[in-house]
Amino acid sequence: MRDLVIIGGGPAGMSAAIAAFKSGIKDILILERDERLGGILQQCIHNGFGLHKFGEELTGPEYAFKYEQQILELGIEFKLGTMVLDLSRDRVITATNSEDGIFQIKAKAVILAMGCRERAKGALNIAGSRPAGIFSAGTAQKFVNMKGYMPGKDVVILGSGDIGLIMARRMTLEGAKVHAVCELMPYSGGLARNIEQCLNDFSIPLKLSHTVTKIHGKERLNGVTIAKVDENRRPIPETEEFIPCDTLLLSVGLIPENELSKNAQVNISAVTSGAVVDQDRQTDIDGIFSCGNVLHVHDLVDFVSDEAEIAGRAAAEFINGNLKKETCLHIETDGKIRYTVPQKITRKKDIDVYFRVSDVMKNVKINVHDGETLLLSRKKQKVAPGEMEKLTLKKELLDSAQSLKFSLEVL
Amino acid sequence: MERKLTCIICPLGCELTATLENGEVVSVSGNTCKRGEIYAKNECTNPQRTITSTVRCEDGGLVAVKTDRTIPKEKIEECMKIINAATAKLPVHIGDVIIKDVFGANIVATANKEV
Repeated sequence: MRDLVIIGGGPAGMSAAIAAFKSGIKDILILERDERLGGILQQCIHNGFGLHKFGEELTGPEYAFKYEQQILELGIEFKLGTMVLDLSRDRVITATNSEDGIFQIKAKAVILAMGCRERAKGALNIAGSRPAGIFSAGTAQKFVNMKGYMPGKDVVILGSGDIGLIMARRMTLEGAKVHAVCELMPYSGGLARNIEQCLNDFSIPLKLSHTVTKIHGKERLNGVTIAKVDENRRPIPETEEFIPCDTLLLSVGLIPENELSKNAQVNISAVTSGAVVDQDRQTDIDGIFSCGNVLHVHDLVDFVSDEAEIAGRAAAEFINGNLKKETCLHIETDGKIRYTVPQKITRKKDIDVYFRVSDVMKNVKINVHDGETLLLSRKKQKVAPGEMEKLTLKKELLDSAQSLKFSLEVL
Repeated sequence: MERKLTCIICPLGCELTATLENGEVVSVSGNTCKRGEIYAKNECTNPQRTITSTVRCEDGGLVAVKTDRTIPKEKIEECMKIINAATAKLPVHIGDVIIKDVFGANIVATANKEV
């Protein structure tokens, strides 16, 4: 029996471990499937991490190193090259590695910190053949930054999420020609700064409301057909255009990796594809917590670390028998607000509620209602699906609330 | 003359408007913080960027690197040529200078790599 087992040694797992340790839990084990700690940060060699947490711009490996160092200094135990195969409802973990073979551990508390994976081309239904030269943006990132292989010379990128934008710049710096970044939506899902410094700096066109309609080539990709889409996101045939290229990168969304959570019968939200959690990031199953990109996909690693610290501290309270539920308020949303995390509140204290909106909107008001009563209202100049928002609910406000509904009003 | 810019200093990405007179920035609006104003002034007169990339190590592997300060934007291509011509001796530790004085910046390691 271990006190705390954390599945995943990326930014979420490391932050959670450190927070739990500092809350008095010394018997911690991190299980990581890669050969080192740090998760996806190791291949994110660009800068822009850590502005919130450290007040400086770090690269991914530098951000990871700060946490890795603390793990080593505190003597928190971790196993690398270790794949978790199963997690049961009563917190028995089955894992395997080349040293221990297959082994089982029972834990007083488990923190899920497995991160997310990229949506693959199979999910896209693009017509045409299946030649070599089509990669997810993250796979290309690993090839270029970790292995030193260039996936190709003439590139089209589908999807303008941050990884797609970052890879447009990275491939250009390494000598490739990026012909276009196509985005199905009328707006980019990436940060404005990345459109500026990754595309505009290199005169790479961003084609909004465009998609790839056909893949050409037999053994190797030799081009793609792109087309403008109408307001229903259907391609307009007369706008079709052929772009010769040998590489297509897909940056079309991230999906929390929750197979283990499902094995443990954790309740999964259909909107976030992550667990339904309370303010402590505890799932519906006592003693199983979730944080980071396995819970919901974040824009910034700094917020992953913040969230993981909440989970780490709460897991420590749970292990010490101090995590008592006082209430159960479910947070409702109106659709314009796609989701909130947490989705429910079980303890009355000051709580930061994170949320995402469904569309780009200007001059809006975020309202929180208890039935007909308006509890809280905040004006925002601009909201976008790509940018996570936060609202703090004060304890006093929660004391008398019977229900909570988040809604968005366009002014 | 007015110039529209997107600030790249932090993830907020403020939309800035710089007003120029005779090539000098006389006012900046749209910024949330002081750094936005400095960015707009630099961007209109002497645009600068931090470069991140990788350097080949003597064992054939890679180590991640960055310029330890910004370099002029028009030197990006030349900077990449210098980075790609270098070979790093192992072991490499975070902060080690791999190449000295590239357009005023040092190329430093951002990851550890043992022998």
